[in-house]
Amino acid sequence: MPLPRQEVDATTPKYLRDKYAIAGVGETTYTRGSGRTTRALGTWAVRNAILDAGLKPSDIDGMLDYSGGDSTSATFIAGDLGIRLNFYMDVVGGGSSTEALIGIAIGLIEAGCCKTVAIFRSMNGFSQVRIGGTGARSAAPVSGDMLHNRAYGWQSAGQSFAPTFMRHMYDYGTTPEQVAHVKMFHSRHASNNPKAYYKKRFTVEDVVNSRFICKPLHLLDCCVETDNATCVIVTSAERAKDMKQPLVLIRGVVGRCNKPRLDMHYQHGPISTVAGHYAKNILWPNSGVGPEDVDITGSYDAFTFTTMLQLEDYGFCKKGEGGRYVSDGTIGLGGRRPNNTSGGHLCEGYTHGMNMVIENTRQLRHDADDSCPVGPDGKRQHTYDYREGGCRQVRNVEVSANLGWANPATASAMVMRRG
Amino acid sequence: MPGIQAQYLGMPLQLAELDGENLDYFKHCAAHDFHLQACAQCGRLRYPPTTACPWCMSLESTWKKVEGKGAVHSYTEVHHAIQPAFRDHTPYMVLLVDLDTQKGEPTADEALRVIGNLCTPDGKLAPPDMVKRVGIGTRVRMVFTDVADGMSLPQWTIDETATQPATPWRYPQE
Repeated sequence: MPLPRQEVDATTPKYLRDKYAIAGVGETTYTRGSGRTTRALGTWAVRNAILDAGLKPSDIDGMLDYSGGDSTSATFIAGDLGIRLNFYMDVVGGGSSTEALIGIAIGLIEAGCCKTVAIFRSMNGFSQVRIGGTGARSAAPVSGDMLHNRAYGWQSAGQSFAPTFMRHMYDYGTTPEQVAHVKMFHSRHASNNPKAYYKKRFTVEDVVNSRFICKPLHLLDCCVETDNATCVIVTSAERAKDMKQPLVLIRGVVGRCNKPRLDMHYQHGPISTVAGHYAKNILWPNSGVGPEDVDITGSYDAFTFTTMLQLEDYGFCKKGEGGRYVSDGTIGLGGRRPNNTSGGHLCEGYTHGMNMVIENTRQLRHDADDSCPVGPDGKRQHTYDYREGGCRQVRNVEVSANLGWANPATASAMVMRRG
Repeated sequence: MPGIQAQYLGMPLQLAELDGENLDYFKHCAAHDFHLQACAQCGRLRYPPTTACPWCMSLESTWKKVEGKGAVHSYTEVHHAIQPAFRDHTPYMVLLVDLDTQKGEPTADEALRVIGNLCTPDGKLAPPDMVKRVGIGTRVRMVFTDVADGMSLPQWTIDETATQPATPWRYPQE
């Protein structure tokens, strides 16, 4: 039977600024050798996020996760926690998936598919499927498209991104020492993060004197491989305002925005420009803010270079000045705009981007989980003393930007604000 | 299967019977005669092999002989090999080479950028003293590494007959 014709108000606001929130965050311990399955890790992290949000399992009715076939489906995690889902999807993806899935979660809730979505990434990136590509991954037969890369010993993330990094040095005179500052600053941040797997502080000299992996990457330019799970919970701001934590609102999201020629992105240049060049044209207008409004960043540090390239292409400095930007103190605690205050992938642990969103959520709550004393109200009394082992809360944080990286040609991003 | 199976440096390489574009690509390489797909509609060459033309979406193409000459656009020099096959060959170089053919077309930012290892003229991975001579700007010519009947890998070697830059750009630390 044909439905009656009627005027339907199908308008949606172009922007969903501040309509959605990160209501809960959860992590496992960051380890090398978890001794657990990805199912056990994922269940642990999602449970922590539910508790962090002050929710019950029955409050969660959507679940999204990402992996490269190295994890456990949402079906088992939901089952283990007694959650009946109205929506779930297991997505193929690594870096840059976090912000993209937050965008999808917002879309699902807008579409009426579900109300509150837990997004997790669970991985034994050290003890099972090595993210660096060693182990079983390095010995698999080479066929199809891989004949144009792996057959040449051009396989790991570092190897495949290196032409971008090298060309940036050639095009703009970026130096190894400038870029090494990223590790230096992130290691200082990690030294104030009791959860970080590597808490040791490193100097620029330590980085440039560490052994070469593949030029221009020294060992200490590369992130860690760890076993862990992480989770964020997305819901409407309307619901989140009645939940346990201070409100952290999502201003705008970009999901997996790309350079041309994803079949082999080096066919299109300049190869020293990355996908953030395109993503920024969605991120800033959607968020209604610009780089100058941002107090803290979470620029993905798979390598020191990825942090620099993204900050540059999202417009935190002029094109070509990324080397100066990451070395002049701006990105360190106490600087104008600290980056990855948890220590990020270079030091805290490798999660394909989610721990950087978790960190910025805590920063926006003004409740970074450092070693500062906990007051009678249960909140940490932050000292803002950033010396080793001290505070890592940034003073008066209002706006954050997360810049997720999959590779030079693919990026996601998200701006959040304190509610 | 059958397709083509090969062993290269102890690493299994496979070309599936279904993978027509790659079979054609490597067949020409096996004859040491580099060819790329030329779009039947817009005429542009493309690399690596694809099913449709990235500029005009046409599904039709023909294989066209292309001169294997160009200059290094960027590179990496691998000191810590990931794949077992390459562990006895470090440091080895992966070169991203701008072919002279179609450089700067259809836009100034585009080029046929062809991957290969730095090799000796007979297609073996280059020794360390040769690696140290190469950087961004080095003029190179294509050579081939034979891995099976009907399959050779295109590679790069220093073009000793070309005018080379006074000093190619290399990463500042050796």
